[in-house]
Amino acid sequence: MKIDHGLPGKGKAYARRAGSVSRRGLLKGGAAIAGAAIGSGAISGFPTIWAQNIKDVTLRQFGTGTSDLNEIATKVKEDLGFTLQLGVLDTDAVMQRAATQPDSYDIADIEYFSTKKVYPTGVMQPIEVKKIKLFDKIVPIFITGKLTPESKIAQGTAPHTVEFVEGKDSKKFAKAPTEWATLVPTIYNADTLGIRPDLVGRPIKNWKDLVDPAFKGKAAILNIPGIGIMDAAMVCESLGEIKYGDKGNMTKEEIDKTLGKLTEFKKAGQFRAFWKDFTESVNLMASGEVVIQSMWSPAVAAVRSKGIPCIYQPLEEGYRAWGSGLGLAAHLNGLQLDAAYEYLNWYLSGWVGGFLNRQGYYSAMLDTAKQNMSADEWGFWMEGKPAQGDILSPQGKVMEKAGAVRDGGSFYERMGHVVCWNSTMDEDRYMVQKWNEFIAA
Amino acid sequence: MSAEAVAARPWRRKLVPYFQAGPLTLVLALFLIFPIVTIVIVSFFDYNSVQIIPAFILDNYRDVLFSKVTWQTYLNTFGYVIVVWAITLFIGFWIAYFLVFHIRTNTIRIACFLLTTIPFWTSNIIRMISWIPLLGRNGLVNALLLHAGVTGHPLEFLLYSPFSVVVAFVHLNTFFMIVPISNTMARIDKSLIEAARDANASGWQILTNVVIPLSKTGIAIGSIFIFTVVMGDFATVNVMSGGQSASVGLMMRNEMSELQYPAAAANAVVLLVIMLLIVSAIVRLVDIRKEL
Repeated sequence: MKIDHGLPGKGKAYARRAGSVSRRGLLKGGAAIAGAAIGSGAISGFPTIWAQNIKDVTLRQFGTGTSDLNEIATKVKEDLGFTLQLGVLDTDAVMQRAATQPDSYDIADIEYFSTKKVYPTGVMQPIEVKKIKLFDKIVPIFITGKLTPESKIAQGTAPHTVEFVEGKDSKKFAKAPTEWATLVPTIYNADTLGIRPDLVGRPIKNWKDLVDPAFKGKAAILNIPGIGIMDAAMVCESLGEIKYGDKGNMTKEEIDKTLGKLTEFKKAGQFRAFWKDFTESVNLMASGEVVIQSMWSPAVAAVRSKGIPCIYQPLEEGYRAWGSGLGLAAHLNGLQLDAAYEYLNWYLSGWVGGFLNRQGYYSAMLDTAKQNMSADEWGFWMEGKPAQGDILSPQGKVMEKAGAVRDGGSFYERMGHVVCWNSTMDEDRYMVQKWNEFIAA
Repeated sequence: MSAEAVAARPWRRKLVPYFQAGPLTLVLALFLIFPIVTIVIVSFFDYNSVQIIPAFILDNYRDVLFSKVTWQTYLNTFGYVIVVWAITLFIGFWIAYFLVFHIRTNTIRIACFLLTTIPFWTSNIIRMISWIPLLGRNGLVNALLLHAGVTGHPLEFLLYSPFSVVVAFVHLNTFFMIVPISNTMARIDKSLIEAARDANASGWQILTNVVIPLSKTGIAIGSIFIFTVVMGDFATVNVMSGGQSASVGLMMRNEMSELQYPAAAANAVVLLVIMLLIVSAIVRLVDIRKEL
């Protein structure tokens, strides 16, 4: 296996490719100006791995449909030279596969609350922070838990609580940042209820509106215990029925009360369906079976793109947030591991960030994402400004007409009002059991 | 090898049946017995939210057998089984009856038989999902009923309800009744029916005294199919009830998706035992070997 990192300024790269001045050669030789002259694509500085057999490397990644997109795999091939194979599963299945079939993947695109369960099983290896060039520029939510120095840390499995482990071989999550990360954070968002403004017939302001008898048989909630329980808690708190010590880490009694309340609503016929996959939520909303439900941002966009009005309604109590990152499988080593680090660095270098931001998610590396978005796009998605022109999806479809304003407003307006994260609780086993009882009731 | 050669070496003749049964035994051992043994072993393991811990504990069975939810879920699933069984038996029996006794030429019979397989040309999931636009709140059936003035508001029970679950089950599984029943019916000697008619039996008497008793094995085999398919199902119940109804299979899937494999394994063993009891009861009632 030949790996040559071609350190800038060493002139090594020139020597190797004497005669044919390649884009790689120029960059690796430290000729940044020349690189810039060749084309904007080269500014990113990729690839940085020097190996003849890099083309033969295949990295297998799996995750949810949220971020495991073919466009990313295509761009990886283009920029980095190796192959990224993608597999898409639902949230539960991702966690299950990550923990039980560690040899079936190289990179896990996994949510933070799942990480709390998966990482301690030893199927993943920690990421060396110093090998991630832009790590110190990552949004502080993932590092300190605070969006701004004044922010309050939200309840639930806040990403920073499972971001670091104590050492290279430790499976224990560290309380403060260390040199060893569980995941490289990539994508996150603030979730709320989706509504059909044409069918609800009144302004929706609170989480408790989900269980308003006016929407009997027309409401839905998602059936992924770690996420659904948080939506349920938001509803119960909003109703004033339950006061939680920490709704991200409920006591058995609080779990009983929350799901007891929800079971009452279920028995009264409040819910039309429970969904697991986000396309299900799109169909429920688009067909009018449901007028108010737990929803994810791309599902709202998908309903709207069918010409059906749908709003991702900000609520007084605040948002429930989630975050994902990329983790390395324990078995990765050698050239494959180098390629994986290369991929992680590339992921933060901006192209993906812009791509994800333009779908209504947020990138963990905002500075580089900004460089990959137009000023109008940045204004619409990040600053809550009215769109100057039509806002296009990364695939070129019109998502919003000129003049539109993003539901919930700016990045700080939305992420600043996160009150809880998707969660894996200490009483997790009990909670899942009770959740199943609620579904079966 | 000639018969004499085999006869000359009796030890070889003794071995032949073992070799003949060998491949199937191997396949069954590998793909049936081994997995079941594994499931039984895992069902005694301990687990926490991150891993399975090899152990020998009875907690999983205690959780399954003494939980109210298990009983409710089994009750619910049995409810589906009985309703679906009754409807598919009724429909399946009469379709088989029509195919065997009312269609005179064999060509048309085969053509009609093939017609009943048409639903199987698409996947299970698609057959299920296609009910959704039909039965939904703004679906075709509701639109029709509203236009015809039968109801003033859309009927909600049509979709995401026990009703829609049963509709989908019947649609998916009636075929499994038609095939074995028509198979046994086709073997009924027509002269028996002529004899009954000569003896002045009414149509109803012929049906209850001749056709039904002689179709018993087919009915039994069809029933076993329906029982096993519906008892073990999770996809149909999940999609058609909008995730709101419980079934034994769904309960197991939920446990598996939360990495609670030992709990799911214990559940699977309980289901297996119950299914074996049901099947052995059916086999006791009707001699299925007659059919084979």
